[in-house]
Amino acid sequence: MAGIDADAPGTTELMMGNEAIARGALEGGVGFAAQYPGTPSSEIIAVLAGVAKNMGIHAEWSSNEMVAVEAAAGASFAGIPALSAMKQNGVNVSSDFLVNLGMTGIGSGGLVLITGDDPSAISSSNEEDSRWICKWMDMPLLEPTTAQEAKDMVKWAFEVSRVAGHACFVRETTRLAHTRGKVVLGELPKTEKKAYFPDVWDMCKPAKSQFTAGPFGILHHHLHERLKKVVPMFEASEFNEYAGPEKPELLLITSGICHLYCTEAVNMLGLGERVGVCKLGASWPLPEVFIETQLRRTDRVLFVEEIDPFIEGSVLEMAACLACEMPPITFMGKRSGHIPSWGALSTDSVAMTIAELMGVEYSVAGRTKEYQEGLTEAARMVPPRAINLCPGCPHRGTYWIIKNALTIDGRHGFVSGDIGCYSLGFIGAGFFQERTMHCMGGGIGVANGLGNLKEFGFDQPVLAIAGDSTFFHACIPAIINGVYNKANFIFVIVDNSATAMTGFQPHPGVGRAATGDPAPIVDMEAVCRAIGARVEVCDPFDIEGSTRTLLNLMADESSGARVLIMRRVCELVRGRREKTRPYKMRVNPDVCAGDSCGCNRLCIRVFGCPGLIWDEETGRARIDEAICTGCGLCADICPQGAIEREAA
Amino acid sequence: MNELAKDPLNLIIGGVGGQGNVLMALLVGRALVNQGMVAGVGDTYGVSQRGGAVASHVRISKDRSYGPLIPAGHADIILTLEPAEALRLLSQLGNPNTVVITNSRPVYPPDVSSGRAKYPKLEDLFKALSDYSGKSMVVDATEEALRLGDPIFTNIVMIGSLIGADVVPIDRETMAAMLAERFKGAALKSNYVALDAGIALVKSVI
Repeated sequence: MAGIDADAPGTTELMMGNEAIARGALEGGVGFAAQYPGTPSSEIIAVLAGVAKNMGIHAEWSSNEMVAVEAAAGASFAGIPALSAMKQNGVNVSSDFLVNLGMTGIGSGGLVLITGDDPSAISSSNEEDSRWICKWMDMPLLEPTTAQEAKDMVKWAFEVSRVAGHACFVRETTRLAHTRGKVVLGELPKTEKKAYFPDVWDMCKPAKSQFTAGPFGILHHHLHERLKKVVPMFEASEFNEYAGPEKPELLLITSGICHLYCTEAVNMLGLGERVGVCKLGASWPLPEVFIETQLRRTDRVLFVEEIDPFIEGSVLEMAACLACEMPPITFMGKRSGHIPSWGALSTDSVAMTIAELMGVEYSVAGRTKEYQEGLTEAARMVPPRAINLCPGCPHRGTYWIIKNALTIDGRHGFVSGDIGCYSLGFIGAGFFQERTMHCMGGGIGVANGLGNLKEFGFDQPVLAIAGDSTFFHACIPAIINGVYNKANFIFVIVDNSATAMTGFQPHPGVGRAATGDPAPIVDMEAVCRAIGARVEVCDPFDIEGSTRTLLNLMADESSGARVLIMRRVCELVRGRREKTRPYKMRVNPDVCAGDSCGCNRLCIRVFGCPGLIWDEETGRARIDEAICTGCGLCADICPQGAIEREAA
Repeated sequence: MNELAKDPLNLIIGGVGGQGNVLMALLVGRALVNQGMVAGVGDTYGVSQRGGAVASHVRISKDRSYGPLIPAGHADIILTLEPAEALRLLSQLGNPNTVVITNSRPVYPPDVSSGRAKYPKLEDLFKALSDYSGKSMVVDATEEALRLGDPIFTNIVMIGSLIGADVVPIDRETMAAMLAERFKGAALKSNYVALDAGIALVKSVI
């Protein structure tokens, strides 16, 4: 396979949506790229960082999305085409800067922002629709359907952003980000880039290019005028298209990946002569002339989009203005309940709605009622596969220690949680210890409130939890607040030396940059101590010692906000690096008492490491050699001491 | 088989997180593009890194892009690294003509070990696969991989079985070239052996 930076126009490659976006950025002349990892868009900067040296660009993992967007805007001010990518949550983090960026405008380099939205929240805590920010902030919006289109759109987005004088927003969704499709490569630009902050300095008059958000009145007006310049580009764009009969009985209006669901559903139902599909790729500002042309074809419209009725609402607004001069149209979509208001759509769900509206039957050849019922019944024998922490995960040790300490303490303490692998603390994998979970930095923020309720008789211990990457991203102001306002909580940092959940990306604490080059290490202990917090460092695999330290910290309420760093490298990172197992584990069948023990299979049922399995033949626990990573932790949890570790 | 039996031809590659499912789908997708097809490969996964049910949907066409996921009941071929996953996928995506090729070795979920759930008897599982598919082929891919020295080869043995069953437009030489892009030296040689072992294995159960 040719690399993402192959100078081979016309070559066909199989690319993931995120790889195609990275390629589109290179074809668009990107010089600066910054991102905080977030599924489903994490691969974009990873790919760009991999070719950064060869392409002569800067690519970085930033400490959070706001810094990433600010850094990219800074590069654009100096004339360098810049890109920042994020998931929907990251859009919120960067939003304060973006409001003001709309006022000042971007630099001549152009600025492209990618968001990876996550319908059905497959790897998220919510399924926010980030497209609203484009209306809110007067930003142009592109919504690619395929990997090929993602590449082509991102390239074009740089041009759109320069015309708009504002960031151009490209919204992908999980199914595009992580689907591989055929992409034909385009040209890579050969022009050399020189960074320079514009204009001549004169201390007696303002510079022509001044990126300062004021005076706001005139700037807000300019923002609207700039956005208007994008409209003709969108009206003429080939990314907006209509396919179907001249006068369809039903018109589908759709965008992004849903376009594929619509076209496939129409084909499956054999309705190509009766149903038309209008795809909006360049969707905001609305290409109203193009849309009006499509609306005049029909008297029935179905909006097919995922998450929120963004296009539906926008088209209804414009249709209201046209109502007195157009024949009546029945509009259907989320408002009417024909399309669900939450969750990802699919070819099937869209096909069922279209079939119902067109009075045809949707069925699969041979899948009779009898077949379906029989198969469903037979499939009941398939066991569920629950979500779990990985074998050897240090978080399992941390939650075991927390569970023990809170039980010994007896005051009904609990964990205020955060976003990361350790979010699994809210299910059995983390013994149900986590009781709140919202956004990055949210756990310690909430603990600042819970930790200052003494006047109201509150004496439950509060443990906030967050990972090392989250610490750098969003937790530092909340520690400062806790120390300053004497909030009574313990902040547990589960430091596994990686941004594990999104794919082990490095962060400011690990000594390595996105490109793989060495980087300075920001010392989290020193940061916390400098803020004034008492700090302890423990090993999540030292159950006894760490439980003692945690109990000691819980007793020390006069210190206000305290920090406990639970430090052990992510097992998947360690395994890849060292390729060895620390211990060879074994359950001694002479010591394991099986179901007569009274522990009720504690090691499997509660501790739950996937490396421990039950041997039906012997009626004893057993190590699954293919899964066990040899971490040794389970030897300390068996009440009989039946689990043994020997040096591997 | 070098022509498409239908368009799209829908192949699903399933297994348990950590078994090498995604690499299989990538190799198959790249081979298809190399043979002039449009291949879309959509991966589905939960938030689990390992141990969860995972599947890649491969949609093969001469000239067009389809949705990333196969609609319910529209799978033409189900290829799985784990037998219970084959039945899970058949129940969601299969029809009476679907071809099933599965590895025989179970991976037990923690709920089975803890006694909260039961893993079916293999004979019942294989009977259900056979009853509700057009053709069901069970191959001992893990055993074959262990004979070759490492269970890690299971997924390449399964790719061999897919090619040997002659149900997708991929020939052995194209797949060998895809392996050569990814592996070198002794590792490449072992992968070739695994590929050919898979082809032979499936031919013995067709």
